[in-house]
Amino acid sequence: MLELKSPTIDRSKLLPASLRDDFPILQQIVHDEHPLVFLDNAASTQRPRQVIEVLRRVYERDYANVHRGIHTLSERSTEQYEEAREKVRAFIGAEKPTEIVFTSGTTAGINLVARSWGDANVKAGDEIIVTTMEHHSNLVPWQQLAERSGAVLKHIPITDDGLLVLDTLDTLLTERTKIVAVASVSNVLGTINPVTEITRRAHAAGAVVLIDAAQSVPHLATNVREIGADFLAFSGHKMLAPTGIGVLFGREELLDAMPAFLGGGSMINRVWEDRFTPAELPAKFEAGTPPIAPAIALGAAIDYLKLIGLENVQRHEHELCRYAYERLLEVDGLRILGAPPDRRAGLVSFTLPEPHAHDIAQLLDERGIAVRAGHHCTWPLHDRLKIAASTRASFYLYNTPAEVDLLVEVVGEIRERFRPKGRKRRGGS
Amino acid sequence: MPIDEEELYQEHILDHYEDPFHRGHLPTATHAHEDNNPLCGDVVRIELELGEDGKIRDCFFSGQGCVISQASASMLLEKMQGKTVDEAKQFSAEDMLQLYGARLTPNRQKCCLLSWKVLQSAVHSPVGRDGT
Repeated sequence: MLELKSPTIDRSKLLPASLRDDFPILQQIVHDEHPLVFLDNAASTQRPRQVIEVLRRVYERDYANVHRGIHTLSERSTEQYEEAREKVRAFIGAEKPTEIVFTSGTTAGINLVARSWGDANVKAGDEIIVTTMEHHSNLVPWQQLAERSGAVLKHIPITDDGLLVLDTLDTLLTERTKIVAVASVSNVLGTINPVTEITRRAHAAGAVVLIDAAQSVPHLATNVREIGADFLAFSGHKMLAPTGIGVLFGREELLDAMPAFLGGGSMINRVWEDRFTPAELPAKFEAGTPPIAPAIALGAAIDYLKLIGLENVQRHEHELCRYAYERLLEVDGLRILGAPPDRRAGLVSFTLPEPHAHDIAQLLDERGIAVRAGHHCTWPLHDRLKIAASTRASFYLYNTPAEVDLLVEVVGEIRERFRPKGRKRRGGS
Repeated sequence: MPIDEEELYQEHILDHYEDPFHRGHLPTATHAHEDNNPLCGDVVRIELELGEDGKIRDCFFSGQGCVISQASASMLLEKMQGKTVDEAKQFSAEDMLQLYGARLTPNRQKCCLLSWKVLQSAVHSPVGRDGT
């Protein structure tokens, strides 16, 4: 038998554990005696004091509606809101702040594009390309657009290892292809998709590209100009900021040509009884009172991430993920979904022969470990993998190897507990 | 480990999970319904043979999902076998949670009540009419 080397961790690649002190919520005991082990970061992360403090300061000192009031607080809020936009611009390498539209999250950003750009540009018989690994939020809006317009939805397939079959892209792309919408990182497989290459090929075929970057912007350095992205959407709550704030990047030329989406205050230039003219970018796409304090707090989250350095965050997560990948395979019968560690971002989804993912999550919770279980909003992907559900452990900058060790230990115990034992119902028939 | 009603995975529940009552299909089914729980993708299908006397002559379930969704389907059908349709309709969600026994959080109650919901629809769903 092959002698297997037990997995080791290279601590020089990790961030200091003292960083956890910045996160008050992590300092708690759940179910009476278990320190919280938070491994559900791909769903939503936690917030450091530095972000919570900014929210507090805004609400205790600076808050008022933006772009409206001629008074001190409105000026302060407006200034900070626009400063946050500038921080986002720099963080993702966009050229101009007018290309940064604040939304309520990734889903809202993608729907904005599918509705505004989609309805104006996609006609019956046109084609939309997505992939088999998309989150429902980067699939359903395109299904809806196809339904409204009579366009055809096509899918880049995946291999059994959870990689895109990129060879198919050149056949899928035709002169009728209007848009390619793809996730930069899969929220289940963790696969890092070659979005720059996909964008290059899509552009060569005359299609525009939207990147669902919800799982990559918080973890990997992103530069929209290097990728060549036409649209790119992400959420604040997956990168240490509050819920209710997200970002849609769009190239100015495209955003300019698009009709306004939600109608209301702020998005207009002039309104008459029977018509309106839209505001300039980005206000044109920010109807109504925006998530002001969350946007300012997103700016603070970006400051925090820049202070630590995204490259250090990425190295930390990659090392933890590799360690978790190798250690989880010690559990008899455990199947990890997707690519080997060198092709994935910091998450691991797995299944056991018994029990179901929800039971695994329930029993992990009894030991203080928070994971996600279910289909993770990727029903077609689970169909493709022929599984009903999976359990996902996803990491962020505050997770530790000791947490991975506990995860593996408890998963192993669950596996033993639910191994078939020849049980019989009492009085069973 | 927590015990008694705090324990989700009590022995008799695990017994039903590993040795379910009437898991499979019913070729003589007159009524059937299937549904899923969007939260986790649990699926339960229930097939019933209803007699002229208004009784559930036979019942089977199929599907996949968590221990709670599958064990509760088994417990429900064991209870319903031979009962009248009226008795099945009167069997409330509260009764179902009581039958299951272990105390469930609101999210997990949905898993437990999936088969109950499917049964309530199945008694109104003759086979063939809606393609089920």
